[in-house]
Amino acid sequence: MAETMKLQVITPDKEFFHGDVSMVELNTADGELGVYPQHIPLTTAAAPGVLKIHQDGQVKKAALLSGFLQILPEKMTILAEVCEWPEEIDGARANEARIRAERRLTEHSPETDIARAEAALQRALVRLSLVEEH
Amino acid sequence: MATMRDIKRRKSSIESTEQITKAMKLVATVKLQKSRTRAENSRLYFNMMYSTIQEMLLKSQGISHRYLKPGTSPKKAVVVITSNRGLAGGYNANVVRLVTGSGLKPEDVRIFAVGRKGRDALARKGYEIAADHSDVINEPLYSDAMEITRELLSLFEKQEIGEIYLAYTSFKNTVSQIPRFMKLLPVDPEAAELKGGAEGEGLKPDLLLMNYEPDETEVLDAIIPKYVSSLIYGAFLEAVASENGARMTAMDSATNNAEEMIEKLSLQYNRARQGSITQELTEIIAGANAIEG
Repeated sequence: MAETMKLQVITPDKEFFHGDVSMVELNTADGELGVYPQHIPLTTAAAPGVLKIHQDGQVKKAALLSGFLQILPEKMTILAEVCEWPEEIDGARANEARIRAERRLTEHSPETDIARAEAALQRALVRLSLVEEH
Repeated sequence: MATMRDIKRRKSSIESTEQITKAMKLVATVKLQKSRTRAENSRLYFNMMYSTIQEMLLKSQGISHRYLKPGTSPKKAVVVITSNRGLAGGYNANVVRLVTGSGLKPEDVRIFAVGRKGRDALARKGYEIAADHSDVINEPLYSDAMEITRELLSLFEKQEIGEIYLAYTSFKNTVSQIPRFMKLLPVDPEAAELKGGAEGEGLKPDLLLMNYEPDETEVLDAIIPKYVSSLIYGAFLEAVASENGARMTAMDSATNNAEEMIEKLSLQYNRARQGSITQELTEIIAGANAIEG
């Protein structure tokens, strides 16, 4: 039996996930990160992406859109500002957000906040990719 | 002496007031239970956030970061969380008093109002209302807290405000709500008493080896805005719970007072009724005696 570590995902409203997992994959500001038990202690910010939780040979997926994480050898804590299971995502709304963000990016009007529009686009794409799989 | 009719009218008016206060108390009780659970659920996130930030600051002492030192502007932003409705005892007045008694000069303060009662009271006292997010408090969402944080941080970065404060009511229990005034930015590593939480545990050995990726400054850059929004969001939820708690207590004592008054008036009414009957009898007997005699 493979080693496990505790994973706790907390959102402002509730404890999103709590359990023993064998591996966690997610996106950080520096790129993709896979965490096995006994990882070195690390604190970093999460980038919008799919959070993959490997538990008992199964993979659970969730959209992790903003947050940061603290990794200790036996415990991993993700403080997620926004985190959703695929069934909680509204596909139509995400698609709308994608179109809106793309429009804002192509218009290039001076008052557009490019960074914000890009972040919005990325969030929409993460949500959509999960909805399509689901 | 008041006539029977006057007393009766007064009594029925107080009775209808009592019905209203009783109904408001019931509504506040139900809302309190809901908002209290929400506030308690959010504490887990907040406490984790708080202890992580404290650990980071302890570890990276002496680090120079733009969110850790006061801005050059003398202006101070104060986020004031009150309610949109009154009849909650001293709830709103206490928060307003915190701001006026904080020692900040009114001309240096820019109010970010969440809640109409606080906004109106402070505007009357001559404070500048920089923004009004009063609708938020009806149904606070985390994204509202993020929005306000974004607004505050961009002003902070543009050096339009030098410090950010938060005035709200923290929910201790149903009968006790404590108004609080706290500094959000710059984050003060010394202020370990910001809010109850996971303090006093000391650094665990694991954390001494903690690595930050890409580096401390950038992690702080990413985390401090989240920290501020979590504080604001936590304050929203606590404030809503406190509002309902305060209203419940206020309406409870109003109902009790009304009951007491009704009792007193009933006594007065009965006495007046008895008096008038006695008088009528005396008159009749006197009249009968006069005819016989």
